[in-house]
Amino acid sequence: MDAASPVLRVDNIAKGFPGVRALKGVSFTVPAGTVHGLLGENGAGKSTFIKILGGDYRADEGTITMGGTPFSPATVKEAMAAGIAVVHQELQLVPELTVGENLTLGRFPNRGGIVSFRALHERAESALAAVGGGIGSRTKVARLSIGQRQMVEIAKAVMEDAKVIALDEPTSSLSANESDVLFRLIDSLRARGKIILYVSHRLDEVFRLCDGATVLRDGHVAAHFASMAGVTRDEIVRRMVGREIKDIWGWRARQLREEVLAVRDLSGARLPAPASFSIAAGEILGFFGLVGAGRSELLRLVYGADMRQGGTVTLAGEPVVATPKGAIGVGLVMCPEDRKADGIVQGRSVAENIVISTRRHFSRFGLIDSAREASVANGFIEKLRVRTPSRKQDIVNLSGGNQQKTILARWLAEPALKVLLVDEPTRGIDVGAKAEIYAILYDLAEKGLAVGVVSSELPEVMGICDRILVMREGRVVAEFLRGSFDEHAILAAALPGDHDP
Amino acid sequence: MNHLRRLILGEQGLVVLFVVAFAAVALLVPNFFTERNMLGLLQSVVTIGIVSGSMMLCLASRDFDLSVGSTVAFAGMAAVMGSNMTGSVTLGVGLALLAGLVVGTVNGVVIARLRINALIATLATLQIVRGLALIASNGRAVGVNEPGFYTIAQTVVFGIPAPVWVMVVCLAAFGFVLNRTVFGRNVLAVGGNPDATRLAGVDVVRTRIWIFAIQGVMCGIAGVLLASRITSGQPNAATGLELSVISACVLGGVSLAGGRAAISGVVVGVLILGIAENAMNLLNIQAFYQYLVRGLILLLAVMLDNLRSRALRRS
Repeated sequence: MDAASPVLRVDNIAKGFPGVRALKGVSFTVPAGTVHGLLGENGAGKSTFIKILGGDYRADEGTITMGGTPFSPATVKEAMAAGIAVVHQELQLVPELTVGENLTLGRFPNRGGIVSFRALHERAESALAAVGGGIGSRTKVARLSIGQRQMVEIAKAVMEDAKVIALDEPTSSLSANESDVLFRLIDSLRARGKIILYVSHRLDEVFRLCDGATVLRDGHVAAHFASMAGVTRDEIVRRMVGREIKDIWGWRARQLREEVLAVRDLSGARLPAPASFSIAAGEILGFFGLVGAGRSELLRLVYGADMRQGGTVTLAGEPVVATPKGAIGVGLVMCPEDRKADGIVQGRSVAENIVISTRRHFSRFGLIDSAREASVANGFIEKLRVRTPSRKQDIVNLSGGNQQKTILARWLAEPALKVLLVDEPTRGIDVGAKAEIYAILYDLAEKGLAVGVVSSELPEVMGICDRILVMREGRVVAEFLRGSFDEHAILAAALPGDHDP
Repeated sequence: MNHLRRLILGEQGLVVLFVVAFAAVALLVPNFFTERNMLGLLQSVVTIGIVSGSMMLCLASRDFDLSVGSTVAFAGMAAVMGSNMTGSVTLGVGLALLAGLVVGTVNGVVIARLRINALIATLATLQIVRGLALIASNGRAVGVNEPGFYTIAQTVVFGIPAPVWVMVVCLAAFGFVLNRTVFGRNVLAVGGNPDATRLAGVDVVRTRIWIFAIQGVMCGIAGVLLASRITSGQPNAATGLELSVISACVLGGVSLAGGRAAISGVVVGVLILGIAENAMNLLNIQAFYQYLVRGLILLLAVMLDNLRSRALRRS
């Protein structure tokens, strides 16, 4: 690298929000032509930093310089002009427009206001060729896979001639193949002298891709590695959490009792192949598989959230009505995968979110019993240690972990609970809250509940479950008992490709 | 200054502003704050007021109902024609309420069960029901034959006309329903997040159908009172009522995005519309200007609401 090549220098960046110091004294440098990992737990400040870099937020203090020129983007447009492009986790494309239109959005080549589509697609095609992947400029974005959409976003950055490209958790919803394509693209961008900031939880990827890394913890730089040589996985983890984590799972052996939930040949529109399984009282059953393997779909069918096409669900021998209301009535409940879309009721208080279902037990003639509702809500807020200023707080103001606890409280308040199904219970939740949620699950299983857990994190499923079912492409393909859990075998069963018959 | 800001942008900001506006109008507009004018004002908002309560539920659940004006006219027509034909005011009133219930239930089933967008579904029923009212009357006003029918609107209880009492009772009832019943809380939850509410075991489809059915019945009540006051069934009555009613709700801070509503706001919204019209009448301002003023008031209120929710988010 010659002296003229631009270096990204971050100097003493600080940013506060009401009541929180999100970032303080963040400084590091990244040379051109390198991939730099930005690591840290949830809430460590990675997203805040990326947003400052991309012009979504303004830093309270500090400077960022690119090749010696300081800049502080106040808008996304300014960041782009300074050569910064951010590819967010939620992709920012308009699905109903073509790839080319998305790439040139805001700057359509035109003559007197009339769009010149030929010029538009020519420009887009050349940027697309640079990222590879064979995406056509005239294809509608709605028809692309998530991986392809990400390529389009990167093509946009290339087209803008961005010097720094920040990727926020780019592989979180990609298949292994798509990830490989992405990695090759990152390699080629590095070869062309770009700076890539790579935000990820997946340390394997960080070791595969990154030349250096910065670890954030509680808003400050916990470690900066100019080179990854000699850096171990354990060291990074230790820097991320600031303490030794030996066993965050805390699993203990439990007495398994009679079978409670029996699912036979269940199928639905999004899960055409019939699936069967059962859970015993006191058991925690894990469902592992890649995104799209059909785990959430299966749970939703059991709960009656989606329409069943065939099969039966029985609870202690009795058939369960295929609606959420029917399932709740017999003590079968589910915490959905997408907390925001399907779990919390926005705009309503924590208390309302807790009692929404269970209030039917103590409301007479359809009238609310406010005193009883308050005491139920307060009881669970205390018991599950939901961190909220009051039960009257709007639930959207709570952190993800506390929202999850609120939804758990909604079901724990049910007097005759028998089966609890939880879908990605710890997604987007920090380590401390995770351990608390595991403790709640163990406690329930101990009391004789049948618990089903869907998770995409293999260590989590292996850490907390008594038995694991692996799903692949809409089918239950393998079963593992605790004691014979084997990371490689479980993962191999989950991956699509050649398998023994 | 900061204090004032907090007062206006706070929970009861709307009520504070209303009291100030009311006092200003009472001081500045001659003959405004008299018993006669006050009663007249209240009578002029009876139709809007009665329908606003149920519209509040409808909007709070993220739904929308454009058909209320037509339904009021249709129900009024049913009441007059029914009582003329049977010679019984009770039967006529019953027929009107039934007509409202049927229209509302059809709306509810089409929207909630068949999953047709509420705006489009009620845009359709707006026209269908208006058409039915015109067909039934052959496009002409139908005079009331039964003397008992006039007296509904003319009855005075404790010095206040019966329609005003009906409005007060209805609004109070909706306040109670919204805050103190499981149904009301479910309505707000549906508006906050329908998917999550369904997965929490609430029968969302049924709740939504109920809201429209109740809305229909309220239109029936409003239609009877209106027909009784104008002593005829008018197929073109209550045109544009849906806009006034939705304006009143929005003025009162009911969120069109669902999940947020308060009856005190709706009452204030209804009264603001009434006062604006009444004051302008007293000042002999041409009716054309009233549209302008109402539109401006609505815009101002929505901007204020916007400021308030931003202030809430910041705190």
